[in-house]
Amino acid sequence: MTPFTSLTGIAAPMPLVNIDTDMIIPKQFLKTIQRTGLGKNLFDEMRYTPDGREIPDFVLNREPWRRAEILIAGANFGCGSSREHAPWALLDFGIRCVIAPSFADIFHGNCFKNGILPVTLPQAAVDHLMEDAQKGANARITVNLPEQTVTASDGTVFAFEIDPFRKHCLLHGLDDIGLTLEKAAAIDAYEARLKAERPWV
Amino acid sequence: MSAPKTLYDKIWDAHVAHEAPDGTCLLYIDRHLVHEVTSPQAFEGLRMAGRRVRCPGRTIAVPDHNVPTTRDREQGIANEESRIQVETLDRNAREFGIHYYPVNDIRQGIVHIVGPEQGWTLPGMTVVCGDSHTATHGAFGALAHGIGTSEVEHVLATQTLIQKKSKNMKVEVTGSLGPGVTAKDITLSIIGRTGTAGGTGHVIEYCGEAIRGLSMEGRMTVCNMAIEGGARAGLIAPDEKTFDYVRGRPHAPKGAAWEAALAWWRTLKSDEGAHWDKVVTIRAEEIAPVVTWGTSPEDVLPITGSVPHPEEFEGGKVAAARRSLDYMGLTPGTRLQDIPIDAVFIGSCTNGRIEDLRAAAAVLKGRRLAEGVRGMVVPGSGLVRLQAEEEGLDRIFTEAGFEWRLAGCSMCLGMNPDQLRPGERCAATSNRNFEGRQGRGGRTHLMSPAMAAAAGVMGRLTDVRELL
Repeated sequence: MTPFTSLTGIAAPMPLVNIDTDMIIPKQFLKTIQRTGLGKNLFDEMRYTPDGREIPDFVLNREPWRRAEILIAGANFGCGSSREHAPWALLDFGIRCVIAPSFADIFHGNCFKNGILPVTLPQAAVDHLMEDAQKGANARITVNLPEQTVTASDGTVFAFEIDPFRKHCLLHGLDDIGLTLEKAAAIDAYEARLKAERPWV
Repeated sequence: MSAPKTLYDKIWDAHVAHEAPDGTCLLYIDRHLVHEVTSPQAFEGLRMAGRRVRCPGRTIAVPDHNVPTTRDREQGIANEESRIQVETLDRNAREFGIHYYPVNDIRQGIVHIVGPEQGWTLPGMTVVCGDSHTATHGAFGALAHGIGTSEVEHVLATQTLIQKKSKNMKVEVTGSLGPGVTAKDITLSIIGRTGTAGGTGHVIEYCGEAIRGLSMEGRMTVCNMAIEGGARAGLIAPDEKTFDYVRGRPHAPKGAAWEAALAWWRTLKSDEGAHWDKVVTIRAEEIAPVVTWGTSPEDVLPITGSVPHPEEFEGGKVAAARRSLDYMGLTPGTRLQDIPIDAVFIGSCTNGRIEDLRAAAAVLKGRRLAEGVRGMVVPGSGLVRLQAEEEGLDRIFTEAGFEWRLAGCSMCLGMNPDQLRPGERCAATSNRNFEGRQGRGGRTHLMSPAMAAAAGVMGRLTDVRELL
């Protein structure tokens, strides 16, 4: 996993609440057996007409947001299906950070497994950044994970909270499975206990 | 004496294999359910790292999301990508030695219907699957939730998940349901009340007289949609109904093991005085048959209501409601019962069990789909289909003009050929009314099986109580 430290980039504004994973990556693209290549279908049904032409109004079809690395969105981002294809599609497009007032649980967890930083900020802060993002190339937003801050183009700084363990893994690009396997002895001991106490499991 | 605990606390505590000083835990996973869409990359990850499946005996796979539901699937899947995905699951199941129900096995079906049916899901267990509707298994008093593909790989490799504990939320439904009101109306009404983010960060325990009164099928319907309320999981304490359902299932414990299990299962309930971070109480008498009008499962109204005006909402929901109504092709103020429909879908992990089919058939008996309405019934598993056929339900459906299909997720998410056409409006018993969910441009109204059947007969959204 690519580590995430800090990022300064163009942020795409998506002022919609409840952006669900069906919107982020519609089901017809879940038939892949790979993790890569989904970026072109990110927000497919909002981004293209049924015959595959770009919808000019959609933010990711417009300059400079075609090059967005950050997404600013409304509350409950990523609700719905557990499909990890959603963060895979964001990553493949080039989005490394999503900022919203709240996230759905499974999507939030999936981001961390893929080097994407989900930043939760109060509605007023998100509104400020949303307005900033509308300015396009003139508004580059900086996200600093070690400092846990987001800086708007006017210099306003917003601090965010993050779970220390997840921060550590993201900063160092750590592989969860490798970390867990270091605790194999604890899992072995648990299984021995389970066999004695609840043998029917 | 230890502090009083919730049911969630008890199951959590029984599954912590390791706890770090910051509270990050390795939670042991008793059952891991796997399907073809969210697992190929996980198995590939294992292969690349030279890892094995730690506990093949705790891992159960079944293809469900993109299998066709027509008879010709016995000759193979026509869509190449779908076929490759199912073949990849076949190969992975064989190579890693996990339990497997292939497409043409009579026990094949939607993973959340197969798990309980085969007795894999038991009270007090931890159950995960790369699918958000894993919450279904919470009906047994199992801690069950959806995970992403990276976590699927993590569970395959380590039989654990890295987790922090969620908060405790109690949703109590007091009293008893009126005629024509079902488990689906309960769960939709709760989401309508709390919103799609109302449960975020929490595990919900559903309790109260109306929940106790539900069958296991109904309880599965309630827990299934816990995710639509934003919760990590939904739980219902096991009781005699639970034990009766589980007893004798192929993978349920037998003999002395059953007695030992039962003794532990009987302790699985929230203690008096346990701490709740959030409590919601709803009176069953206030729950009417409901439908959704928008593109979020929280857009719920009693069937007697009218399409709302976006201005009735606050904040970001105003724009969202406007967008929903535009997508749904609805005008504020229209009576819900005046909304015509084009299609009926009965099935899914929410409402594809035998009781759901019986409820729909009870409304359809001696009636027909309205002119121009197409209908599809997709049983949740091959065994549900078999039982329905033994009871003659398939004939009621086909005589009413419905197609009687083979088991799978089908039109709930339209990964297989079962999809809505652009602009087509569907009375659906599934769980999500998102834009494009059932097919690009398709318009979904969520409701109970009885309500969907009633809508089919009348050709418009209908109060099922008028047909009882």
